[in-house]
Amino acid sequence: MHSEHREPLIRISKRQGMPFWRALGIRLIAVALALVVAAVVIFAIVHMNPIRVYLSMISGNFGTKKRIWYMLRDTAVLACIAIGLAPAFKMRFWNIGAEGQMLVGGIATAFFMINFAGKMPTPLLFVCMLLSALAFGAIWGWIPGFFKAKLNANETLFTLMLNYIAIQLTAYCVSKWENPFGSNTVGTINSQTKIGWIGNMFSKGNNGDFGWTVVIVLALAVLMYCYLSYTKHGYEIAVVGDSRNTARYAGIRVNRIYMRTMALSGAICGFAGFLAVSAVSRTISTSTAGGRGFTAIIVAWLAKMNPFIMILISALLTFLDKGAVQIATDYGLNEYASQIVTGIMLFFILGSEFFINYQLRFRGKHEKAEKGGAAA
Amino acid sequence: MSFLMSLPTLLHSAVIFGTVILFGAMGEILTEKGGNLNLGVPGIMYLGGIAGLCATFAYENVYCVRAGVSPNIAVCVILCLLATFLAAALGGLIYAFLTITLRTNQNVTGLTLTIFGSGIGNFFGGSLNKLAGGVGQVSVAATSEAFRAYPQGLVNALDRVTGSLGLGTLLFSYGFLTYVALALAIVLWYFLGKTRSGLSLRAVGENPATADAAGINVTKYKYLATCLGAGITGMGGTYYVMNYIRGTWENQGTIEALGWLAVALVIFATWKPLRSIWGSYLFGMLYWAYFYIPNLTRSSKELFKMLPYVVTLIVLLVVSLRRKKEDQPPASLGLPYFREER
Repeated sequence: MHSEHREPLIRISKRQGMPFWRALGIRLIAVALALVVAAVVIFAIVHMNPIRVYLSMISGNFGTKKRIWYMLRDTAVLACIAIGLAPAFKMRFWNIGAEGQMLVGGIATAFFMINFAGKMPTPLLFVCMLLSALAFGAIWGWIPGFFKAKLNANETLFTLMLNYIAIQLTAYCVSKWENPFGSNTVGTINSQTKIGWIGNMFSKGNNGDFGWTVVIVLALAVLMYCYLSYTKHGYEIAVVGDSRNTARYAGIRVNRIYMRTMALSGAICGFAGFLAVSAVSRTISTSTAGGRGFTAIIVAWLAKMNPFIMILISALLTFLDKGAVQIATDYGLNEYASQIVTGIMLFFILGSEFFINYQLRFRGKHEKAEKGGAAA
Repeated sequence: MSFLMSLPTLLHSAVIFGTVILFGAMGEILTEKGGNLNLGVPGIMYLGGIAGLCATFAYENVYCVRAGVSPNIAVCVILCLLATFLAAALGGLIYAFLTITLRTNQNVTGLTLTIFGSGIGNFFGGSLNKLAGGVGQVSVAATSEAFRAYPQGLVNALDRVTGSLGLGTLLFSYGFLTYVALALAIVLWYFLGKTRSGLSLRAVGENPATADAAGINVTKYKYLATCLGAGITGMGGTYYVMNYIRGTWENQGTIEALGWLAVALVIFATWKPLRSIWGSYLFGMLYWAYFYIPNLTRSSKELFKMLPYVVTLIVLLVVSLRRKKEDQPPASLGLPYFREER
């Protein structure tokens, strides 16, 4: 006679407001677990002492002054893309198109650097590069926003397709601008004159430091934080993100917000392309974005659209990336090890959110938990 | 005129190209019908492809060489397909566990799976290339041969009869997986449209709360659809490795581009397995069209390669514009389901 309903082994319920420190603790445990799993994987592959492997990761990031700058530079560019995605995601608009928006920004920048260097005053050239990168990125972001607003076209799929159109556009431009002829690469643009390059902040020569990139992105993070938290636009974005219907009842023109926010999102991603071309690589290729447009999506999501946390997560991912590349050179592996380690880390951080947002109750411990809740 | 003459060869390469993304798209259709938008398709194809390659490498180039026997073709093929399916389904299981049980965001989890899968694929693929002798590339010749085998006599005879049309080559000169893909599309169409389980799965994808209330085990359906779908998607990776690049490995990110094209094909086919068959071959033709159009410069070839994506965008827009009920994505696509949250 089992007429009585048996309580399930585990019950899941939503948790309300976990204290900040406990949430942080869970995330740190997730990061630690991920490092352990990654260490086991690395050990299984190379049979090396994992501690030594991690030491070599640290040296890959902080071993020399140059490596520190590279680490800061890549963190900044990744964070810049994530900051660009923040307003779109806050609006619950899945902009998967950062890769493409960054590339068209890069194309616009490279176009002016190649064709107008020396033909106009350098400050004017910089203005043209910057404005065109912003405009191209904005258009590339506005298009899916427009079709979402007018036709309710699925933005995830739309922006995904635009990425590949942008990649082919880049391939087209690369073969148009190739230098030297027949190499199918653009090569370093203006390598003699260095016109249109964002140079060093602290040191002489080239690629000595990337101070400007870091400062610009930090400023951008502050601006974006203020835009989302303290302006009318930011408030509208948050309302649309929470509920389109509520926004409509409140008299917010949802379609306009879609287009405006996506243009902004695309413009900032285009700006990341400007940085990648003018300050970092001084060339353009189909790998100028190099998958960072996709990684930034995960960064922005994990940071819950907070620009400062985005910088932290970007730093963590860049650390893993640089570290794994260092392991690869130290132990003769190939550099794709970094993607495996990054993947493991992200799986764990993503999974850890569950334990922050939900509560598990095991059978039998039910009453105890109830009492504990009452006491608190 | 010359374009018309080369049409049969264009179709031939389009079918081989199309089958890769057909597998990818079919797996993704099954997954998406259960309401899960898995952006890990490229990663799963990497996982499947590398697992198949590693398994056959271990058998053909290590075990058989050491034992001094010639590889058994049947073992090669079965081992390869098993490894592919298991690895790919395992990738799907990671995604399923995270999105269904731990309720993580589907887009983000899928993208992470793509990063992870391409890392695994290229890492082990690169290592295999190194193992195979530094400069030389890894090659599992016997297995690839088995995957690409076709009835030579029949094809030649048909070709003689049909003359310049070359129907024999056009219809029967592909490896067996090409036809498996076709059969699978029909099975999938039957399953989704004509069976009770298929109906239940679609109900889960459209409205999980209603399905749950009707007594359908939402979690079970979502898990099965995601894992089986991933297994099918993974076959695309193996087809690419064994048939398209003939039993070797390359690190140029082609699988990733093809994986996204498979996601595009799902939209193009408006979630219908049968439509994805001709869609995949059409994509193949669009992709290779530049090869057969005379006097193209290298730069305009790059523009031509854009075509499959542009066409997909147009289809996406037309579908959104017409708002026909049967062409729409599953209503709960991409949304998490939590019973207590209504």
